[in-house]
Amino acid sequence: MVKLAAIAWALLLPALSLAEEAEAPKAGADWQSWRAHNVVATTDSLQRGARNFMNYCVNCHSLKYLRYSRLATDLKIPPDVLSANLLPPGAKPADYIVTTLRPEDGVAWFGKQPPDLSLIARSRGPDYLYRFLKTFYVDTSRPTRTNNLQLPNAAMPAVLSELEGVKEATFRAAPAAGSEGAGEKQLDHFTITTPGQLTAEQYDGFVRDTVNFLDYAGEPAQVSRRSMGVWVVLFLLAFTWMSLLLKQEYWKDVH
Amino acid sequence: MTDAAAMTEDNVSDPGRRKFLTAATSATAAVGVVFAATPFVESWVPSERAKALGVPISLPIDKLDPGQMLIVTWRKQPIYVIKRTPEMVANLAANDSHLKDPKSQDSEQPAYAQNEMRSRRPDIAVLIGICTHLGCLPKQFFDTGDPAIGTDWPGGFRCPCHGSRFDMAGRVFEGSPASANLRIPPYNFPDAATLRIGDDGATSGAA
Amino acid sequence: MAAPASASKPGLWGWINKRLPVEQFTRSQLLEYYAPKNFNFWYFFGSLALLVLVMQLATGIFLTMFYKPGEATAFDSVEFIMREVNYGWLLRYLHTTGASAFFVVVYLHMYRALMYGSYKTPRELLWLFGMLIYLVLMAEAFLGYVLPWGNMSFWAATVIINLFSTIPVIGPAVVEWIRGDYGIADSTLNRFFALHVVAVPLILLLLVALHLVALRQVGSNNPDGVEIKERKGADGKPLDGIPFHPYYTVKDIVGVGVFLTLFSVVVFFVPTLGKLFMEEANFEPANPLSTPDPITPSWYFTPYYAMLRAVPNQRLGALLLLLGVLAYFFLPWLDRSPVKSVRYRGWIFKSFLTVFTISFLALMYLGLQEVSIGRTIAARIFSVGYFSFFILMPWYSRWDPVKPVPQRVKYHG
Repeated sequence: MVKLAAIAWALLLPALSLAEEAEAPKAGADWQSWRAHNVVATTDSLQRGARNFMNYCVNCHSLKYLRYSRLATDLKIPPDVLSANLLPPGAKPADYIVTTLRPEDGVAWFGKQPPDLSLIARSRGPDYLYRFLKTFYVDTSRPTRTNNLQLPNAAMPAVLSELEGVKEATFRAAPAAGSEGAGEKQLDHFTITTPGQLTAEQYDGFVRDTVNFLDYAGEPAQVSRRSMGVWVVLFLLAFTWMSLLLKQEYWKDVH
Repeated sequence: MTDAAAMTEDNVSDPGRRKFLTAATSATAAVGVVFAATPFVESWVPSERAKALGVPISLPIDKLDPGQMLIVTWRKQPIYVIKRTPEMVANLAANDSHLKDPKSQDSEQPAYAQNEMRSRRPDIAVLIGICTHLGCLPKQFFDTGDPAIGTDWPGGFRCPCHGSRFDMAGRVFEGSPASANLRIPPYNFPDAATLRIGDDGATSGAA
Repeated sequence: MAAPASASKPGLWGWINKRLPVEQFTRSQLLEYYAPKNFNFWYFFGSLALLVLVMQLATGIFLTMFYKPGEATAFDSVEFIMREVNYGWLLRYLHTTGASAFFVVVYLHMYRALMYGSYKTPRELLWLFGMLIYLVLMAEAFLGYVLPWGNMSFWAATVIINLFSTIPVIGPAVVEWIRGDYGIADSTLNRFFALHVVAVPLILLLLVALHLVALRQVGSNNPDGVEIKERKGADGKPLDGIPFHPYYTVKDIVGVGVFLTLFSVVVFFVPTLGKLFMEEANFEPANPLSTPDPITPSWYFTPYYAMLRAVPNQRLGALLLLLGVLAYFFLPWLDRSPVKSVRYRGWIFKSFLTVFTISFLALMYLGLQEVSIGRTIAARIFSVGYFSFFILMPWYSRWDPVKPVPQRVKYHG
């Protein structure tokens, strides 16, 4: 039952991403309603997300509660592929995924240590993460030269701009003081001023895979939790039905 | 008009049905109890952390002096790694008549260590340093004729707790409270200068 | 009839029964305990509460085997349980879902008493023990919530302990004494661990035992509010009673089945239940320099939290919260109606009960939301609705036009 739903979602995903992608680089005004719609049971998406994380994120962010070996088992990555592609030199598969960035360097360069991301999908939610990675824009007033709509004045630079491209934001006129939403900037649309290595659709897929991976990293047991749950609930339904028959049989005595 | 009387089987219209349903529901409940107990029982099985800490370890052995012993820890056990001299190996056969289990038939070791010298290579002995009596760490007495033990002492180990004695291949001497030879962990030599403890080397791969 | 006969039985069973009244006890508690035959849906929740208690004890004990109390280790040890202990994630979710389930069951159990007058004579002490269980349960839940040492754990502890500073004169000293430090710290966490794992469960078990003994003494009430012991048959058994075993053992098992099914749907598919059963902020470690936004207690505390926030004065708000919880204790003496069950009460009582119910649920909802002017006004209105149920009861329960109570219970087989 859950598998069918998962397959249905996986088939719908490209359609959904296409539908939303037709909007995003031109408009983006609806960014607050963007949803990640990720399916953690999709192993190849998680594999791509793991690769994305190792290539772009682990330079600053750790996943300190997740071991490489656990990752390999859950994502069905053979040990040689793990060693060749994901394991940093000197690391053992049983090691936790840590970053090489020293905390003092993080504070010196970004103003704060980049947070560990093991539980970010549980404390913010996949939708937040999806929007965060897709709403960076140029802002020359910031030390990172970029800003972010989901997390205003984020300390994190737009590290994915080589993939997404350089994005500028055009805002609508701010509402007058005193009216609702006064002082808040409303996005009118995004514009890609310098194209990145990926098309808009490819970048969207990149972000979705990465967010999916972070969702998995937040709770690696979730896929087996759901599949186990199907059996448990079915068993309990059968037991309840049987006990109901038993109860009705005994209560025939009572008048 | 009470209903207690209705409990007796004479008044029940179909006592067989009642018995069957009771049995079926009880059996299902019993299965349910076993399912429910599973997470509790399983949680005691060594965790990922325990297993991760128990992965094989590698150490260099090319710089060992003859007669030197290293003690390393693997899976919470002390592992004795001894660089045996050729004399030590040659003297092993002479001990056979004084040993409880010279052929290691009642002791625990991997198949490749069930030989006279109880090791893959004659010059490197790998033993689990836990006395097979009650678990203390046997102390090394490698010098032949060590006065602490006796002039005909061929060299080996003596346990400080209850006096069990073992030879340079970890085999237990007669007269010891211990009854089995020192256990041997799985190990292999990935190359001539490296010892890898915890891994037979037969299967390739993971960690 | 029971004791001498079983004690003279041959073999091991007779040997035991001569020294410990096992058979006599089970016979008197199950086979010879007559309960009213007209128990309905509202009567499942007592046995379910007992089930949840046992489950929390079992999962709690096993969690304690892996959890490490202490500022530096608590959060990490919970993630260790979730990721590296076999089935650790399941033990954890059973415990968090069980905590919320406990309150669902207990609130429904209490509501039954409000509807059917189960707190009225001779069941006042039974009701008081139940109310003490409710208080102790709230304490246990609060203590347990601090243990994972997430950011919400830390700030919930800060805010709730700060409530004690409103005690006149000694307030601030009490707060520092509870904390053991100048702010919520390692000392607080460790003592909360000892209280949550050992002290409070023992108190809870004692209260539950007293609650059950008191129930056994006076017998159960029922949806018609008719005292079944007043009408006995020739054999001395209540005419409207049936032996607890096998009728209610078999019926309660169905209740257990339905409960466990719904419970498992939550545990395995939606353990956080949106953000209701596990707040998002608690997946971040405790940070004394960053308050979660918004900050709310767990859903089972929010009705009283809404009352607290409705009052612009800190001390009076805390007092109102306390009165909101304590109001229940006075019910047996506030209620002057000759009739127990809502089935035979008049429109006045039913109106007040309806207003109370809506107010309680509305306050629970409001307590989960962020503060706004409109919501504060609403919280004030619903607080009035909540308290008026209690404060005005001595009068409206007397004026309420009741219906005649039948001699025998209504049972439709």
